[in-house]
Amino acid sequence: MAEDNILEVKNLQKHFNLSGDRVLKAVDGLNFTIKRGETFGLVGESGCGKSTTGRTIIRLYEATGGQVLFNGEDVQKMSGDARKKFYRDMQMVFQDPYASLNPRMTVGKIIAEGIEIHGLYSGNQKKERVNQLLRDVGLSEEHAGRFPHEFSGGQRQRIGIARALAIEPQFIIADEPISALDVSVQAQVVNLFKKLQKERGLTYLFIAHDLAMVKHISDRIGVMYLGKLVEVATSDKLNAKPLHPYTQSLLSAIPIPDPDIQKQRKRIIPQGEIPSPLNPPSGCPFRTRCPHAMPECAATMPPFKEVEPGHFAACHLL
Amino acid sequence: MGKPILEVNNLRVSFKMYAGEVQAVRGVSFTINKGEVLAIVGESGCGKSVTAQTIMRLIPSPPSYIKEGSSILFDGKHEISKMSERQMEQVRGAEMGMIFQDPMTSLNPTMTVGAQISEGIRKHQKLSKDAALKRAAELLTLVGMSNADERIHQYPHELSGGMRQRVMIALSLACNPKLLIADEPTTALDVTIQAQIIDLLRDIQQKTDTSIILITHDLGVVAEMAHKIIVMYAGKVVERGTLNDIFYNPRHPYTWGLLRSVPRLDSDRNNDLDSIPGTPPDLYAPPVGCAFAARCPYAMQICKEVDPEHFEVSADHSSACWLLHPDAPKVDMPVGVGRGSHG
Repeated sequence: MAEDNILEVKNLQKHFNLSGDRVLKAVDGLNFTIKRGETFGLVGESGCGKSTTGRTIIRLYEATGGQVLFNGEDVQKMSGDARKKFYRDMQMVFQDPYASLNPRMTVGKIIAEGIEIHGLYSGNQKKERVNQLLRDVGLSEEHAGRFPHEFSGGQRQRIGIARALAIEPQFIIADEPISALDVSVQAQVVNLFKKLQKERGLTYLFIAHDLAMVKHISDRIGVMYLGKLVEVATSDKLNAKPLHPYTQSLLSAIPIPDPDIQKQRKRIIPQGEIPSPLNPPSGCPFRTRCPHAMPECAATMPPFKEVEPGHFAACHLL
Repeated sequence: MGKPILEVNNLRVSFKMYAGEVQAVRGVSFTINKGEVLAIVGESGCGKSVTAQTIMRLIPSPPSYIKEGSSILFDGKHEISKMSERQMEQVRGAEMGMIFQDPMTSLNPTMTVGAQISEGIRKHQKLSKDAALKRAAELLTLVGMSNADERIHQYPHELSGGMRQRVMIALSLACNPKLLIADEPTTALDVTIQAQIIDLLRDIQQKTDTSIILITHDLGVVAEMAHKIIVMYAGKVVERGTLNDIFYNPRHPYTWGLLRSVPRLDSDRNNDLDSIPGTPPDLYAPPVGCAFAARCPYAMQICKEVDPEHFEVSADHSSACWLLHPDAPKVDMPVGVGRGSHG
C-alpha cells in the first residue's frame, strides 16, 4: 500500500545554527507518512518543532538531514519545473490572518496571484475562477475589490484558504489556522476545511496546539515533544488509549467544559517546565517531567516503534 | 457566601473616536461576593475586558467615558466610577489586583522580579526595602517558585512564560487584595502550564478567600474555576447564573451556540461542529432590538424591534431573551447542550 502515501517523511532533521556554535535541533529525526485524502494532525506545545516541521516539508526551510518524499519524489532534490509543479501541488495556510495577507493588494489580486504565476487562467476565466473561489469559501464576489483590513479575522482566514486553493493543490499544510480566531468562528473555519476536503479530495497536514480541535478534524495524529515525535496513532486510538506518558498528560491537562466531569477527573499534570530545546535532556526528552522516568530513560532515546498496528510510540515502558 | 465585594450597576462605557462613538459596554450589572469566583465569558469585542479594566480604571479618559448613571461600588464604600486618579491609586494594587494575559509585556523588562513585587508593597504597606524584598520572596514561594531568594534577582526575560505568569500572580497578591481581576490569565500559556496555573489560582483563592473576576473565552477554564458566570455579547450581559445553570440549563441562544461550538475530546468527527453563523454587530451603531437577533436561529419579529430585558429563571439565573416571555413559543434546548451532552 506504499503508493497510498502522498507524503513520506524519513528521519527529517532541521537544525538552526545560532551564535556561539550553539545548535538548535528544532526537528530531530521525524518519521511519518500521510495517506492521500486524510488529515494528519500534528500537535505539541510551543517550541516542540511542529511549525518547523511544516515549513521544512514545504521547503520554506532547507532540511538539515533526512528526506521528504512527495508522491514518491524527493522534495529537496527537485529543481526547475519539478519544483514549480511541487509548489502548485502543495500550499500553505498560515496562522495569523492579519500578517499573512498583503495589506496593499485587493483580495481579488491576492487570490489571483498564484493563478498568474502558474499561468493557469487569464482574462475573464481568471476573474470567474476568483469569484468561484470566493463563493467556495463562503465569501461573495463583491469582496474581490476590497482590501484585507476590511475583513474580520475569520473572513481573512477564508481569504487565505481561497488563495491556497486557487492553484488546485493536492496537499495543504495548515499551520495553526484557527488559533487566532474566536471559538464560534473557529468552528466555522474547521467546518470549511472539512467541506473542502470532501469536495476536492484534499490531503491536510493540520498543525495546532489545541488537541481537542485537532482530534475533531484529524484522521491520525502525531504528538511532538522537543523536536521528536513521541506518538502517532489514529485520532480515536490516541484519545481512547494514549500510550506515551506525555500524550496522557497532554490529554488530561485539557480542561473539559463540563463542571461535573471536570470535578471527577483524575489529572496527571506534568511537573515543571518544558526544557530548553538548546539544551535538551539526554535520552528521552520527556524524562525530566515524566512520572514514570527510570534510569534507562536518561541513557538512551527509546526507539519509535509500532506497538500495535498503526500505533507508534517512543517510550521505554512499552 | 459572604457580603458583596463589588456591585456593578448599569455600567456603560463608550469610546469617542473620530468615526463616532463606540458603545463598548452597554449597561452591565453584576455582583460578586466575598470568596466568589465570577467568570465573564464572551468573544473578542464583547466588552469583557473593557468592563474589567474600567473596574480598575485602567482605560484612559479620553477616549473612554463612563456614562452617567453607571455605578461601580467596591467593598460597600468606594464608588469607583466617581473617584479621582489620586484616590484610585490607594485602591488599585492595594485592594484590587490584576493579572494580565501576556506576562511578557505586562512586566517591566528593566526591573528585577523582586523589585517589581516589592514596589507595590513599599508603596501601600510602608515596609522597608529589605522587608519588602523578603515579602516578595515569600510570595514567590507561595506561587510555587523554587529558590525564591535567587529568583527575586532575576529579570523577566530570564523566566519562561509559565514562570512569568507566576510572577504576575505574586505581584497581584502582594498587598492581599480583596478582589483579583484575571484577564485571560492562561490564554498565552501551553496547555500543561495552563493546568498548573489554574491549579495555583484555585489553591490561592481557597487559601486566601479572595474574590476573583475571571475573564476568559475558554469554557473549560470556566468549568474548573468559576462559581458564577455572566455571558456577554455586544456589550451586554445576555445570561447570568451559577456554574451549573449556565452549563446544564442555559437559556440564551448565544450561550447555546458558545457551548456547542467547542469541540470535545469525545465528539464525533464525522459531524460538523456547530458554529454560530455571521459575526457580532458593529458597536458604532448597535442594532435597535436584541444584538444577537441577526445571528439567532430562533429570532422573532419582536427581537429585531425591542431589546429584551432579563427574564428570571431562578433567583440566581436570568437571561435576556424574548423566548423566555410567557407568550413566546416554546423552544427546547438544542442537542449538545445541557447535562450528559459530553458523553
